[in-house]
Amino acid sequence: MSVRASVLAQFERVAQEQKKTLAPLTDDLVLLESGLDSLCLAVIVAQLEDALGVDPFSAAEDAEFPVTLGDFIELYEHAAP
Amino acid sequence: MPPRDGRSLWDAVRAAGALAERALWGAEASVRLGELVGGSSLGGRLEELRGRSVLVATRDQLTAALALLELDGVARRLVLCPPDLPRKVVPFVMATAAVDAVVSDRAALEAGSVGTLVTCSARLAPADSERAGPHHTEWILLTSGTTGVPKLVVHTLASLAGAINGDRVQTVPAVWSTFYDIRRYGGLQILLRALLGGGSLVLSSAAESTGDFLIRAGARGVTHISGTPSHWRRALMSPSAHRIAPHYVRLSGEIADQAILDHVRACYPGARIAHAFASTEAGVGFAVEDGLAGFPASLLTQRGAEVELKVEEGSLRIRSARTGIRYLGSPGEPLADRDGFVDTGDIVELRGARYHFVGRRGGIINVGGLKVHPEEVEAVINGHPQVQMSVVRTRKNAITGALVVADVVLRTAPDSAETGRVAELEREILQRCRDALSRHKVPAAIRFVRFLGVAGTGKVVRQHA
Repeated sequence: MSVRASVLAQFERVAQEQKKTLAPLTDDLVLLESGLDSLCLAVIVAQLEDALGVDPFSAAEDAEFPVTLGDFIELYEHAAP
Repeated sequence: MPPRDGRSLWDAVRAAGALAERALWGAEASVRLGELVGGSSLGGRLEELRGRSVLVATRDQLTAALALLELDGVARRLVLCPPDLPRKVVPFVMATAAVDAVVSDRAALEAGSVGTLVTCSARLAPADSERAGPHHTEWILLTSGTTGVPKLVVHTLASLAGAINGDRVQTVPAVWSTFYDIRRYGGLQILLRALLGGGSLVLSSAAESTGDFLIRAGARGVTHISGTPSHWRRALMSPSAHRIAPHYVRLSGEIADQAILDHVRACYPGARIAHAFASTEAGVGFAVEDGLAGFPASLLTQRGAEVELKVEEGSLRIRSARTGIRYLGSPGEPLADRDGFVDTGDIVELRGARYHFVGRRGGIINVGGLKVHPEEVEAVINGHPQVQMSVVRTRKNAITGALVVADVVLRTAPDSAETGRVAELEREILQRCRDALSRHKVPAAIRFVRFLGVAGTGKVVRQHA
């Protein structure tokens, strides 16, 4: 599975688990408007670390916080081992 | 300025002056402090609350702030009900605090029978009586306990306002804001800073997105703003992060790591950035403004300081006039030791000339500023008939600082061919947790293990971080 597909799959899975209505997953979707709160995003980051073996947030301390889903995916694509 | 002995919150607010220009701005309604001179949020019923133990249980933060302003000095006791207090513990809180009156902005509160129910509204009625009273009102703040039942911490206005420095005169009145709810210690600090320091306050709202809140705070010209590191991580993910241009940014309630301090600095290069240590029990310990994670070891040896710090058995301990006074209704559980030091339970480690926070004693997990006691989660997991034992631990997280995860030992381990059964058990255990616990307490991951480390004490081994 590509990094992008893994990220998108986690968004869908966590939204379902946490009973959140997910906005359509486009690259320009603002994360804070995705329907997911901080706790959901935190769970996604943890599950992606298990699935992909990277946590780009802790790996690069100077990385900017992602604003859109596109930024988020890019962060993982650049960090993927 | 901290109120002088015996002066009520309203008297201290009035003494700070300029009431007509100052306001409390909520998401839905706002009140100028000047309107409170002749107006009341309590519908002309302040007298009924004189000398009472009052539960302030409002949906809205603005109405809560108004009630606190009017009732300090009048009520015997004010119990601040946080917004997410589970209904099932309300009767316990009311009994423990001997509540005999409730202030609410809801038509009816499902809290059983109370002596008096007073409705509180941001639509002010003419003030009916003198807002002064003989009472040194006790302020009761709730904090989470190991079994899911909250602990009630007694403060006074003097202990709560002890860290508010009145000698730093603001040339321009501060516009404060906070991501916190003001019914929590961190948020209440900001409410009091605004009220006692001659400023205004933009209140957050649970019903509002982070982006909308930032836009609203920016429109009010916010100058001073506080939140947990998790609040700030969320704010920096918002396209509206640049809608505010604060002079002062404060982080508290969680460990502020170097990354978040650097991110905040990069976003608000002109701001003073402080990270503070405070807790409901220990009060405000210190605030550090050097932009570095941790705190200088020299804070432990300052002579004549208002706050004395020491490290014993690895944890930070604090003695000051800002700590809570006692627990209500927890007989035999002192809030401070014999010398008056409060054990924060926060484990610190000396690296060079600086102490760094490394975790919590007892494995307490801080998820975005909300405490999780592992025992409470383990009790729910262990209730599953297939579970022999479990240990709940913290997992570091870039968004909320930490998440809850669980290691579980099953009574009979399914063999490797039964992967379907393992997934099913995981789902069942998580469902139990979701049914019984607040969302932040539900494990983000469950790992099935064959055994858990057990210490010589017979207890499961917990690690600090």
